Amino acid sequence: MLNRASTYLYQRPKLILALLLGPPMFYMLVVYVGSLFALLINSFFYLEEFTGLIVRQFTLRTYLQLFSPTNLGIFGRTAGMALAVTIADAIIAFPLAYYIARYASPRMKTFLYIAVTLPLWSSYIVRVYAWKLILAKEGIISWFFHLFGLQPVLDGILSIPAIGGSSLSLSPIGMFITFCYIWLPYMIVPIQTALERVPKSLLEASSDLGANATQTFRNVILPLAFPGVVAGSIFTFSLTLGDFIVPQSLGNSRFFIGQAVYSYQGTAGNIPLAAAMTMGPVVIMITYLLIARKLGAFDAL
Amino acid sequence: MPSKSKSDSEKAPLGLTLSAIGTLLFLHVPLFIIFLYAFTTDEATYSFPLPGVTTKWFGVALQRADLWAALTLSVQVAVVSTFVALILGTLAAAAVYRSNFFGKEAISFLLVLPIALPGIVTGIALRSAIGTMNIPFSYWTIVIGHATFCVVVVYNNVLARFRRMSGSQIEASMDLGANSFQTFRYVILPNLGTALLAGGMLAFALSFDEVIVTTFTAGQQSTLPIWIFSQLTRPRDRPVTNVVATFVILITFLPILFAQRISAQSADSEGGSK
Repeated sequence: MLNRASTYLYQRPKLILALLLGPPMFYMLVVYVGSLFALLINSFFYLEEFTGLIVRQFTLRTYLQLFSPTNLGIFGRTAGMALAVTIADAIIAFPLAYYIARYASPRMKTFLYIAVTLPLWSSYIVRVYAWKLILAKEGIISWFFHLFGLQPVLDGILSIPAIGGSSLSLSPIGMFITFCYIWLPYMIVPIQTALERVPKSLLEASSDLGANATQTFRNVILPLAFPGVVAGSIFTFSLTLGDFIVPQSLGNSRFFIGQAVYSYQGTAGNIPLAAAMTMGPVVIMITYLLIARKLGAFDAL
Repeated sequence: MPSKSKSDSEKAPLGLTLSAIGTLLFLHVPLFIIFLYAFTTDEATYSFPLPGVTTKWFGVALQRADLWAALTLSVQVAVVSTFVALILGTLAAAAVYRSNFFGKEAISFLLVLPIALPGIVTGIALRSAIGTMNIPFSYWTIVIGHATFCVVVVYNNVLARFRRMSGSQIEASMDLGANSFQTFRYVILPNLGTALLAGGMLAFALSFDEVIVTTFTAGQQSTLPIWIFSQLTRPRDRPVTNVVATFVILITFLPILFAQRISAQSADSEGGSK
């Protein structure tokens, strides 16, 4: 019986393929892509303000609402934060990635790899919470500044209008630090991967041809590591763009995209506007992915 | 710490070593600080240095029914999502490995989409779809959400293993008269074993502390991360939250360490070939 079934299947590779591919594709296409599609459709409906009901009729007026000053402010603020976090993470990540790729012994490499990826996979919310503790008014950072008599410096930083606040844990600068911290591993891993692919012979060739260490670094290593930076930036940028946990926990009252989406769909019940709002990040991310593919970033993933 | 490395490469410049160490500390010290705070006697603020040290909050946390409910829900969701991801991920990996078909390249893209797009997109998409179909938000809606982004980790692990597995083993098995099912049971499955374990562990960890998608797909229930999130925005039980956070770190770190260990071991036993 089983043998016959086996032979039957063996002779029909297309059937096997259908059996294998069917369940996962059904799930991903129907549940996931279907939902995304429903979201897209929803963004073309609108909320009738007097009745509070959603009118299921094709319209672009919800998208027009995105261009209100409030919403444009939210987009600008979020994209600015995502950009700042991405640049900062690239700078912070590079030395460690470079060290792991070029200087660490094999055992050290395994250890460092685990040390970097452990936070990547785990405890997202807990790691946000850690910074709530650290940045609190009465927390470690303040204590540190106090210890060295630098209180005025901290107060000075917090009084800067656009990024300051009443304490580090309630200010854009606190959010920035937390975002950098949380997404850092996503930047380290691709840079390290890209650097490891740089053949040693290239570096030798470069020095044989008379380049000094700095020149080799600037003209050989950095350009070859760049796709890794772009690959990492996909994550840091996208993740910052869509996050609402960090702004909700550490920010002030000025909204970010994630929070706006959350509140539009929740208390306001305005699913069309929330849907249209998420199309912002989706479009930005798809454009970004296309550019990144051109730059060869996918090879470094 | 790396000074005794026996590798033949030259020594790293001091500045590089120091900044690498600095980055490592930046990555890990904050978690250690949570651990420290789990012992504080301070109930109302996050003051540092800790005014006193106590272990009583561990006991208090153990008595909390809401925490137990959240923990149970989180574990249940993670177990079921992992199970679903194991099946779907393995099937997809097998299909991509053994056949060439139109749109093969798109599969990886499709599977990675739930983690490449911001979590809020996945979250609100599922929420509006679930809402449109009038499905009540429940334990199962959470699982549906989690499974979408867990599939890809299983898929990646299993596909990588398939690619390292030599096809000759399967051919030998068939030549020796085993049918497809026997070959699967006695040759393919044992080969996949550790990849499934590693992928499953990662999926579990991913699901266990997911919060963004969950806020959209959960009804009134709260998983452990949602409970922590509510404490982040409106702190009521600071010391207990510290204990819970410590616990979450442990429960997610252990499976990941374990997964990485088995991945490393199986890579070694195959001669580290890629």
